Amino acid sequence: MTRKQRRFGLIAGSLAVLGAAVGLILYALTDSIVFFHSPTEVEEKNIKPGTRLRVGGLVSPGTVVKGEKLSVQFEVTDGNKAITVAYTGILPDLFREGQGVVAEGVLEQPGRFYADSVLAKHDENYMPREVADALKKQGYWKDDYDKKPQVPMAGVTGAAQ
Amino acid sequence: MIPELGHYALVLALALALAQSTVPLIGVRRGDAALMEIARSTAIAQFAFAAVSFAALTASYVMSDFSVENVALNSHSAMPLLYKYTSVWGNHEGSMLLWVLILALFGALFAWFSSNVPLALRASALAAQGWVAAAFYLFILLTSNPFARLPAPPIEGLDLNPILQDIGLAIHPPLLYVGYVGFSMAFSFAVAALLIGRIDAAWARWARPWILTAWIFLTLGIAMGSYWAYYELGWGGWWFWDPVENASLMPWIAGTALLHSALVMEKRGALKVWTILLAILTFSLSLMGAFLVRSGVLTSVHTFATDPTRGVFILLILVVFVGGSLALFAWRAPMLKQGGLFAPISREGALVFNNLFLITACATVFVGTLYPLALEAVTGAKITVGAPFFNLTFGPLIVPVLLAAPFGPLLAWKRGDLLAVSQRLLAAAALAVIALIVTFIVQGRPVLAPLGIACGVFVIAGALTDVAERTGLFRTAPQVALRRAVRLPRSAWGAAFGHLALGVMLIGIIGESQWNTERIVAMKVGDKLALAGYDLSFDGAGQRQGPNYTELFATFTVRRDGKVLGVMEPSKRTFAHRDMSTTEAALKTRGFSQLYLSLGEVEPDGTVAVRAYYKPLVLLIWIGAILMAIGGAFSLSDRRLRVGAPRPAKARAKAALQPAE
Repeated sequence: MTRKQRRFGLIAGSLAVLGAAVGLILYALTDSIVFFHSPTEVEEKNIKPGTRLRVGGLVSPGTVVKGEKLSVQFEVTDGNKAITVAYTGILPDLFREGQGVVAEGVLEQPGRFYADSVLAKHDENYMPREVADALKKQGYWKDDYDKKPQVPMAGVTGAAQ
Repeated sequence: MIPELGHYALVLALALALAQSTVPLIGVRRGDAALMEIARSTAIAQFAFAAVSFAALTASYVMSDFSVENVALNSHSAMPLLYKYTSVWGNHEGSMLLWVLILALFGALFAWFSSNVPLALRASALAAQGWVAAAFYLFILLTSNPFARLPAPPIEGLDLNPILQDIGLAIHPPLLYVGYVGFSMAFSFAVAALLIGRIDAAWARWARPWILTAWIFLTLGIAMGSYWAYYELGWGGWWFWDPVENASLMPWIAGTALLHSALVMEKRGALKVWTILLAILTFSLSLMGAFLVRSGVLTSVHTFATDPTRGVFILLILVVFVGGSLALFAWRAPMLKQGGLFAPISREGALVFNNLFLITACATVFVGTLYPLALEAVTGAKITVGAPFFNLTFGPLIVPVLLAAPFGPLLAWKRGDLLAVSQRLLAAAALAVIALIVTFIVQGRPVLAPLGIACGVFVIAGALTDVAERTGLFRTAPQVALRRAVRLPRSAWGAAFGHLALGVMLIGIIGESQWNTERIVAMKVGDKLALAGYDLSFDGAGQRQGPNYTELFATFTVRRDGKVLGVMEPSKRTFAHRDMSTTEAALKTRGFSQLYLSLGEVEPDGTVAVRAYYKPLVLLIWIGAILMAIGGAFSLSDRRLRVGAPRPAKARAKAALQPAE
């Protein structure tokens, strides 16, 4: 083979691998990405039940209801609309009423969401960014969300005594 | 006084970096050896001042000087001493200081150990290193001063984020940074070669130890981060395809490709231009990682704080360095001479194959990481690209690399014989088929697991075949084989270990992802839980006081077939100063597998939510990473790299000063 033929072979091979990669990426992007919506957007966009998505907002105080076998239900609000989230499992350490959460799962019916994972913040200072943006959009953002929460911790310490 | 000293030292380090980045280049231009030699002394002095600065911040932390804002925000007087040390880099400003310290350390080490590198190349590389350092010193001084004082110092600090109060913080960031920053040496070497306009096989020999060092540390750093997330976050995952993790994975993949292509360049003088480009790309990906993590475009445990000016500044650094070096590459690369010829089926060909697939796989990670950011910037839609995307794209692209790994080292340079190599790998393939059948019979169901295990066995057996072939094991007397094994170049052992490690890691990944058992249950004292053949009984709960937290723990007795194996004690720690709690998982190691228990919420009636996992073979994932690093260390200790290239003849040294025609 001449040098030119070799180079052609190499380039053709590279293009084939790159093409395969592009194909894989496009296929995966149509299938395995998950959109984030605030409760208002879920309603406005008429998202069909059965769609997989992420919903975020603040946990409405007083709406957390615990059931049997680790099932729990709570409302997530962006200040305008609220959506009921049902979840079975262990909530993250930083899950509190009035705090930001992001739930990933499936919309069962309009206004009701079944989550298979619930994420809270990484530490006490910061709101999940999507949630902060969603709240700002609804004019519900207060500057003090960025600051240290004053609520004493219930839950763990209370139960231990 | 100490913080001001640290601040001042940092400014001096910047001044030295600026001198280091300009004077030697003037020297190269004029052919003035004295000016070129300045690079060495400035690099060493710059490191000394960066070290003084870092020591000053460390002293402020150890003495709990809360008049320093950074200390007040991230420390607490009651914190154990180890965490006072580690919290120096448990925040944005301090971690950037660690970054420049390591950057300066690499520059100083290179200045110290580079007597065998031609003067012009050395001076240019150190100058490039100086630019990078100067940019980051400016970044710290202008946007993230760790030494800022508070007008009214608080009596007590705000404490370090409890998730970071762990031995992991002492190990993971320094290792990772040595890796990230170490690739700056590859970048500096590449830029120097482009500036001088001359490059040969010796370049790879000089650059390779630095690339290898960075790669070893990055490997360990990523593995340590993964293990830390596994035991600290409490839900048993070891890799989440989180953008921040991807930010460290991309330079690692590119660095792995670079190691392999530099090998071709060193041995055969081919792939020169590609290797230079790869060196630039690898460090560019490191810089992009720094941008993703430090700019606040992502929310994560790693980001600490968000401040738009920092994001813009790092983006500027990224654009200038990536754009600048790629422009330099476009301008100068055509002047570099093309290297040796090789047939498609050859060791070189195998390494090109490795590079092609690794870089494409890296590109899919790149797309998956940046696509959500780009989409949000353009349309405002917020999406997440998670594990399913990467499993579908990265997975299929990395499998060919794994399957090809045993072939590479067995193929001859220049022109190889695929048939002969395949025959040598017959035993390995037979073992793989046996593994496939055994795994299939034992567990039945999904096809993925048996195939994955077979692939892992093939890679391990293939790596061992290579060693057996080289030592003549089974063909000669054992003593002869042993003597040959001792004499085998360390780099051959390195390659064997590195490839074997891939197989080990793959088996761990398959075991953990395909066969793990998960139970999430609410338990009361006296309850029992059956998990993958083990019986766990909840014996009781209690509370104890730590130095800066209170800890609620639950005691479980682990039994198998009625025999007590031990006690597991998962707990939850509540940090009053931060009003946060962390989950401390309990791990019980059984061979390469682990039982994993973590606590969820505790109800007032004493019911505890428990996450229990049985993770088969999970330890192989990290053992694989450690083996990989050991392989890297073997290669690094190879005589040819340790001693370095022979001192170039005078004629060659003179030629090095002039651009090649």
